[in-house]
Amino acid sequence: MAATGTTVGAGAPALSLVPEQVWRRALAAGVATFLLTVVIVGFETVSGTGQLALRAHPGAVAFAVIAATLGAAAMGYLQLGNTAVPTVLALLAAGLLGLPLLTGGRDSPFVWLLPFDAMALNWGALAVPAIVLLRVMVIRLGLTGERSVANVAGGVVQRALPWLAGVLAVIALVLPFLPFVDRRIVDIFTLVITYVMLGWGLNIVVGLAGLLDLGYVAFYAVGAYSYALLSVTYGLSFWECLPIAGALAAMTGIILGFPVLRLRGDYLAIVTLGFGEMIRIILINWYWFTGGPNGINDVGRPSFFGLPFDRNPPEGTDSFHTFFGLEFSSYHRVVFLYYLILVFALITNWFTLRMRRLPLGRAWEALREDETACRAIGINPTNTKLTAFAIGAMFAGFAGSFFAARQGFVSPESFVFIESAVILAIVVLGGLGSQTGVVLAALVLIGLPEFFRELKDYRMLAFGLGMVMIMVWRPGGLLARREPTLRLGKGSAAEP
Amino acid sequence: MLYFTQQLINGLTLGAVYGLIAIGYSMVYGIIGMINFAHGDIFMIGAFHALIVFLILGYLGITWVPLALLIVLLVAVVLTAAYGWSVERVAYRPLRGAPRLAPLISAIGMSIFLQNFVQLTQGARGKPLHSVIPGGITLAEQGGFSVKLSWMQLIIWATTIVLVLGFTWLIRSTALGRAQRACQQDMKMASLVGIDVDRTISTTFVIGASLAAVAGLMVTLYYGVIDFYIGFVAGIKAFTAAVLGGIGSLPGAMLGGMLIGLIEAFWSGYFSIEYKDVAAFGILVLVLIFRPTGLLGRPEVEKV
Amino acid sequence: MSEPLLRVEHLTMRFGGLVAVDDVSFTAETGRITSIIGPNGAGKTTVFNCLTGFYKPTVGRLSLTGAHGRFLLEQLDGFRIAQRARVARTFQNIRLFAGMSVLENLIVAQHNKLMRASGYSVPALVGLGGYAAAERDAVEIARGWLERIDLVHRADDLAGSLPYGDQRRLEIARAMCTDPVLLCLDEPAAGLNARESIELNELLMWIRATHGIGILLIEHDMSVVMGISDRIIVLDYGRRIAEGTPAEIRANPDVIRAYLGEEEDEELPPEVAADLAREGRL
Repeated sequence: MAATGTTVGAGAPALSLVPEQVWRRALAAGVATFLLTVVIVGFETVSGTGQLALRAHPGAVAFAVIAATLGAAAMGYLQLGNTAVPTVLALLAAGLLGLPLLTGGRDSPFVWLLPFDAMALNWGALAVPAIVLLRVMVIRLGLTGERSVANVAGGVVQRALPWLAGVLAVIALVLPFLPFVDRRIVDIFTLVITYVMLGWGLNIVVGLAGLLDLGYVAFYAVGAYSYALLSVTYGLSFWECLPIAGALAAMTGIILGFPVLRLRGDYLAIVTLGFGEMIRIILINWYWFTGGPNGINDVGRPSFFGLPFDRNPPEGTDSFHTFFGLEFSSYHRVVFLYYLILVFALITNWFTLRMRRLPLGRAWEALREDETACRAIGINPTNTKLTAFAIGAMFAGFAGSFFAARQGFVSPESFVFIESAVILAIVVLGGLGSQTGVVLAALVLIGLPEFFRELKDYRMLAFGLGMVMIMVWRPGGLLARREPTLRLGKGSAAEP
Repeated sequence: MLYFTQQLINGLTLGAVYGLIAIGYSMVYGIIGMINFAHGDIFMIGAFHALIVFLILGYLGITWVPLALLIVLLVAVVLTAAYGWSVERVAYRPLRGAPRLAPLISAIGMSIFLQNFVQLTQGARGKPLHSVIPGGITLAEQGGFSVKLSWMQLIIWATTIVLVLGFTWLIRSTALGRAQRACQQDMKMASLVGIDVDRTISTTFVIGASLAAVAGLMVTLYYGVIDFYIGFVAGIKAFTAAVLGGIGSLPGAMLGGMLIGLIEAFWSGYFSIEYKDVAAFGILVLVLIFRPTGLLGRPEVEKV
Repeated sequence: MSEPLLRVEHLTMRFGGLVAVDDVSFTAETGRITSIIGPNGAGKTTVFNCLTGFYKPTVGRLSLTGAHGRFLLEQLDGFRIAQRARVARTFQNIRLFAGMSVLENLIVAQHNKLMRASGYSVPALVGLGGYAAAERDAVEIARGWLERIDLVHRADDLAGSLPYGDQRRLEIARAMCTDPVLLCLDEPAAGLNARESIELNELLMWIRATHGIGILLIEHDMSVVMGISDRIIVLDYGRRIAEGTPAEIRANPDVIRAYLGEEEDEELPPEVAADLAREGRL
């Protein structure tokens, strides 16, 4: 309960010195933070033997309250145009946190300054002074209003985009042959590109057609299970199954989409979420068909145009390494899978870019803008939405087949709602409709936590917070500036 | 018949909980036209507050059940209401007038954040609580099967009835209720005639969160085990209830909650417990397709 | 006598207990501007919404007859009225694709034609078929309209960034790009200044003269209505209370009574008369 004292202490004696606007704001933030954290953060329930025990964390609550109070005070000063006090406060806070972090973290002699046990959280706490300092800079440099900063930054990124996309593409193409790249890194990037492909697929539905689909993972599941079942039951190869899996996923999209696509945006979102969960529950409970919670094992691995990646191919047949006269290496398969998903993803990208310039793609975007106006100019809204929904589902189905082939097994727990939310977050954070944005978002959201395992616990927390902040800051997404799909040439020259 | 009665009792209890959560969805949707996706997680936070405060009271030696219940109720409601208020302030208020999907995406982000926040601070494992109000009455007995009505179930029913009557009165007859209905009709007009729209919306979130906290307390006591994930499924079912009853209508939310509770209880009792969630989602889809205005909602005429 | 372009018979629309449109009949001809006027709440926009498929009329027959066939509008889905019967409309509160460019707005309006040209996307996706040529033609049509409404210099800007008056004209151009036989305009002069109103008059008369289509107009601005209408239908409380040429309507006692009964003074007959006087001088 020491934290209450802190709040009042920060407010009461300073009343005469601190402008009312500032201390009111600080006090409100402090009290609110205290109320929010006092029980949930202050007392941890620990499962002991039989009965739950409690462990108190007064320090964490006190820190949160102090940080919120001072942070709000700094913002209050900034609103009054005073940048000196916030700068001092922020530098002080950054110093107090930075000293132990930079002098060895857990082993530092100043470790008692750190509020949290987890180092990632301590680094995260640095965000508070960082945000204040950023605001100070914005005001000092005369970039008043976040909007203008966002626009300037957005403009720079926008201009760099084609260049950036090229660099990313080149890196992606040569990645497995770079000197410092090992199997683990290729694996991580295979995962990242899988999410890039899913993001691009969902982007057709959400970014272009404006249909908020919260059950996208269901189509991923349909693709994965289609391949797994066809491969295990009928022994079909990956390449035979791929079109079937895509078609089944697209058909599922049409069957689910047809009755619900006339619903308003937010209702549609909830219904698709419901469908996603229904498919997962069915996968869990339909034992004889799907294997229930255990899923399906021994799913066939894809071959290189008929050449398997086995060490010892059956008598009289070739495998990848014997055919090309190479030393056997399990790395071959990893690299092959990497290029496979890269090609899939690039096809998805090509398809989307091309569709945007065709009437159907323009109709998707028009539907996103105004469905009523679309009806008035003779666009069939249901069919147009269905095509977007089905095509998005098809790409999820392809990605699902790849996922099953890479893992070698499938089980329902890979297809929970949170996966849909992650894919949606990639699309949203990247900027609805922006292809390069999806790549950047997937790198940050999927790649970073894979490389820094310590961050993994906080990944979803940061996800959620990131989604809120991006929406508040730029409701259209980070790279939301849209280029027209065709231009009226200057002068009288026709379209190039 | 006995089995039927028992399922009826269970279903009505479950329905009361869904109904209390559904009111929060319904009121918020009514006033700002958005699905507060994080509301289910507010309910989960309410449940955790109830659990932890119970444990704290245990440490402090306050074991007289009525007093303990009262304290838990008050603390959980106040602190959960603070969550409701903060969520609106941070994630939704800046988005008024933004494209329609922006607040929904923000709400999904908030929901993910709250779930993981509780998972990080409290751990992922289910949290058991010993039975606080044991016992009940046996209504009938036949051939080894007895129909039981526990004290807990009675308390849940009584609390729900009192709360629903109280809030119906609040919406119908007080200045706050009038302000809410005015904002529902036309926010700009309401602000022009001197209604503090921001405060009205904040109050709506606070009320919704308070009712969710009561539901959280009930679930903690009734089931005796909670985890950070309970808000997700309960939230979807409560939203289904709100839509089924007619979104924006308080009695509708309660009616919808009861129906969903009963359907779930009977489905689990007579068909299959595994597919009970599929039943709930199925109803949601059917209602939205065939009667999107719900049972007690007013039809919406498209304005062009 | 041949069948008129649009024949509305006994149109009635009820919302619950409210009768918004009550047994209204009228016709509209090709090459003519037919206006529907009436006090606020007289049911004008409801008539439009029935015509363009946004509402299903409670009772009534709405038949459209053109060289492309005869259509019963009350039986068609909303989008098919634009697609098959070729009835285009604009909206009281402008509905452009605000996030798309001005040019894209006009290209999307040619959707059905371009969809056919693209072979429903699949051949065009891989570069087969004559889609590129079709798109060039569509751009030329769009350019023609942009020149006519003086927006060539804004072609690549977002439609939502245009000033209000330009948005109104762009919406009319977009409706015209669907190649309609009947153009329904819902208060196209609302919010326009005097100069823009005159430009609108000229645009509508030009469309009537050059495109050989019927125009149906809901309007409050009497300088527009009286200046360009060939025929006027007056609605009050959902009923048709008069029909005739502008001169006949001006002299009709029922119309004067209906307008005098209204609180709003913007539509008082003296102003109608004043506008007419000005029109005469123009």
